Amino acid sequence: MLQVSIYRYNPEQDSQPYMQDIQVDTGGKDLMVLDVLEMIKSQDTTVTYRRSCREGVCGSDGLNMNGKNGLACITPLSETVKNNKLVIRPLPGLPVIRDLIVDMTMFYTQYEKVQPYLQNDTPAPAIERLQSPEDRAKLDGLYECILCACCSTACPSFWWNPERFIGPSGLLQAYRFLADTRDTATTERLAQLDDPFSVFRCHGIQNCVNVCPKGLNPTRAIGHIRNMLLSRAT
Amino acid sequence: MVTSVTSFGRSGLSDWLLQRVSAVILLAYVVFITASVWGGVDFVTWKALFSQTWVRIFSLLAVLSLAAHAWIGMWAVLTDYLTERLMGTKGNVLRIGFQILCSLTIFVYVVWSIQILWSY
Repeated sequence: MLQVSIYRYNPEQDSQPYMQDIQVDTGGKDLMVLDVLEMIKSQDTTVTYRRSCREGVCGSDGLNMNGKNGLACITPLSETVKNNKLVIRPLPGLPVIRDLIVDMTMFYTQYEKVQPYLQNDTPAPAIERLQSPEDRAKLDGLYECILCACCSTACPSFWWNPERFIGPSGLLQAYRFLADTRDTATTERLAQLDDPFSVFRCHGIQNCVNVCPKGLNPTRAIGHIRNMLLSRAT
Repeated sequence: MVTSVTSFGRSGLSDWLLQRVSAVILLAYVVFITASVWGGVDFVTWKALFSQTWVRIFSLLAVLSLAAHAWIGMWAVLTDYLTERLMGTKGNVLRIGFQILCSLTIFVYVVWSIQILWSY
């Protein structure tokens, strides 16, 4: 029997959060953490969490499992369970709405700040804006982000300054548009980032790289942004 | 764009660059001082060392680097932990208080260092 400890909090009933211990019979199979949550929910329907695609594409079930952020649907028990114990908490640093569900408003506000859409002030061509394969390759490792918030909520700089530091996820997206040869707003984008908080609260500890379920590297993207700022301002 | 009037250079990039440059200067100075005192040093050689203008200039450069480095570092720590977000309005009072204390301490050390370097 797997010993599962789940963070529970229902603001309508509980004065404060608590951990609930539940025994789960996995039948000796190496299930995904989401499967375990589904088994628990079939017994206790009040356990609440977000999930959708259950295959690591939608980014809904970002959770903290045994101290490490990740997607419950693609995290096998063998990867996270130590001593037959699994502790499941919501993503750290964001306000909890209920049980494992967090309010992601601060995360999305930072995402919105980087204007995550293509800006081009030249007249639109008849068919589409073409890119060379080399230019397109510059977006690899950037466009794959699914906004699950595992990285930003693993970042102490984002914990302390979620209103001012854009966070690894938002900065990866910022660089995705800075690196895009079809985008013409590079100067304006960079001008928005040159303050002591937006980019420079990153101290390069790479928690984001450590937890990204898609294997992306926000720290490297932040380094590229810094180099772009540096080459323009020196 | 986040506005800040208490950071060293008002720009994240300039603070970041200065933090790195000052770190390199401090490393060079530590290596220089360590090499100078390696194997023992007496008053006469120490005085002779610091009577050279270039040593005084290098020392002053190291002091100014330390001042900038300390301010940028302490400012980052204070704006992380002593904030309204973590402590309520008390955080603002504490942060500004510690910022004044830090800048005053750094200022005193800089003036004192200049006095020491050019006093003998």
